[in-house]
Amino acid sequence: MAGDRSLRGWLLAEIPRSKWQARSQRFYIGWLEFRRNPIAMIGLAIILGLIFVAAFAPWITTSDGLEPELANRLQAPSAEHWFGTDQLGRDIFDRIIWGSRITLYIVGLVTVIVVPIGLVIGTIAGYLGGLVDSVLMRLTDIFLAFPRLILAMAFVAVLGPGLENAVLAIALTTWSPFARIARAEALTIRNSEFILAAQVQGVSTVGILTRHVTPLCASSVIVRLTLDMAGIILTAAGLGFLGLGAQPPTPEWGAMISLGRQYLIDQWWVPTVPGIAILVVSLGFNLLGDGLRDVFDPKSGG
Amino acid sequence: MPDSGGQAAAGSGLTPPSALVKISGVLISLTLTFLGLTAITFVISRVMPVDPVLAIVGDRASNEVYQQVYLQLGLDKPIYVQYLRYLGQLAEGDLGTSIMTTQPVIEDIKRFFPATLELATVATLLGIFIGVPMGVLAAVHQGRWPDHVVRVVALLGYSAPIFWLGLVALLIFYAKLGWVAGPGRLDVYYDGIIDPVTGILLIDAALVRDWDIFRNALAHLILPASILGTFALAYIARMTRSFMLDQLSQEYILTARVKGIPESQVIWRHAFRNVLVQLITIIGLTYASLLEGSVLTETVFSWPGIGQYITNSLFNNDMNAVLGGTIVVGACFVGINMLSDLLYRLVDPRIR
Repeated sequence: MAGDRSLRGWLLAEIPRSKWQARSQRFYIGWLEFRRNPIAMIGLAIILGLIFVAAFAPWITTSDGLEPELANRLQAPSAEHWFGTDQLGRDIFDRIIWGSRITLYIVGLVTVIVVPIGLVIGTIAGYLGGLVDSVLMRLTDIFLAFPRLILAMAFVAVLGPGLENAVLAIALTTWSPFARIARAEALTIRNSEFILAAQVQGVSTVGILTRHVTPLCASSVIVRLTLDMAGIILTAAGLGFLGLGAQPPTPEWGAMISLGRQYLIDQWWVPTVPGIAILVVSLGFNLLGDGLRDVFDPKSGG
Repeated sequence: MPDSGGQAAAGSGLTPPSALVKISGVLISLTLTFLGLTAITFVISRVMPVDPVLAIVGDRASNEVYQQVYLQLGLDKPIYVQYLRYLGQLAEGDLGTSIMTTQPVIEDIKRFFPATLELATVATLLGIFIGVPMGVLAAVHQGRWPDHVVRVVALLGYSAPIFWLGLVALLIFYAKLGWVAGPGRLDVYYDGIIDPVTGILLIDAALVRDWDIFRNALAHLILPASILGTFALAYIARMTRSFMLDQLSQEYILTARVKGIPESQVIWRHAFRNVLVQLITIIGLTYASLLEGSVLTETVFSWPGIGQYITNSLFNNDMNAVLGGTIVVGACFVGINMLSDLLYRLVDPRIR
């Protein structure tokens, strides 16, 4: 099939001509397998939907979701207000849509903090070994054994309530699994020949760690991150619900539930609708994570 | 599965490590983790914006009094001396005094902790008694509808925000249907009738044979425990399914079937018995996370447990109470995790 010049042919060629082609091929073959899993596809659709509404929020909504409109207080769901209005007359649908941006912000911020820390600590520990490894892994184990929510609450108590502080507190208890993953990868390739070749060529330790070890961790890190995301979103929403996360009038979903709590009996839609949004998104991440794990690491499926 | 302490046990080469080595490995981990926990609470108590001296003497104290208290608290000493002092206080059970209740924090915790323990224990039991059979059922009928139902239930169970689930359940089962009692541990007119012996109302009421109170306490407990137990159920069912699938594909199961042993015996006597060991760890992990995770459930159901105590203290800037609660819950969390890890190491023949 050497003569097949279509994109598909290029992606499935038996001998890749370049590094770029080889990488694209791996990705494409993974995608073919992923596509066969309907549950994972639902998860992917949910997350893409989340990104879509967050990106196009100004065109989907009719209000900014912040301005009170007291004449419209606590309206039941209707054609005009799909999810009803809240205690300040704000459209709940619009607030949910704007809230998707906050959810993505949490997800992004945790990723940006947690992955580099985990990778640096893990690769250094695994590659250098010895005393450095023991010390760093003890530290990782300690953080791994910490109770996440309680510790996040204690941190927020010092830093003060707020979305960024809540995320920071969550990140502090989330990086350790990534360090373990990175260490495991670094350990397996530490003594391989291509690392030796790189060493002989005079590549520095930092160079080896960033250019050779880190890329190998990518797939495990992505799977773990996706699976952890649901828990991170739930913890952030929980802190918001307790009043320790995002502060009003921010349309963070957990905080919306907290504010709508007192209207539970008579205006049930005020606290329940944001909860459904949280459920759908965390379900999406769980489904996607399960699917990704099946593609990247079929053996550990459970 | 927590494998902290693994390095210590793995160091002995070809000969399998003795039980003593394994126990000491876990104990070292436990100590280190606990030191880490206290180091964090210590740092928090030092960097917090409230001046610990001012918190005691008040704004109007003279400079001499301030200095005296400053020295009394040992704030002039190097930081590690302060930390050791802090550890010494913790060892004596001294967690400071709560500003809100004006009582020693340890006394407050003794009062609030049984409520959390009751809630988390019943929730875990619900999770075990429903989750384990569900997991076994799913594994036995892999790929057919019972399996799909269990997988969907499990997935929903750990995707749902627990505080939201609690609100919805209150709306349906309390407000609309009236099947259960509302928030709190008891109806107002039952409050304070029986003396707290264990602090766990179900046990206290049973001890004095006051079945009215027992029933009332149960009516209040059942909803929050079910909600908190949802997560336990989901996790236990999922793990049981996965462990059982693992066992059912082994050759000894095939042998047993070929010998003509009835299927129910193959499942429960052969496969399930081997799963039990792994389940211990899972159940331990679940119990620990429920003790911690009850914070949100307690808030929703006005359950006067340690989670509510910490949250209320937080909003009143009562740092001694917050940190004391964090240490106690954290210590339980760490302790239960390590204990289940240890049990697993001691019981599992493959590791032994």
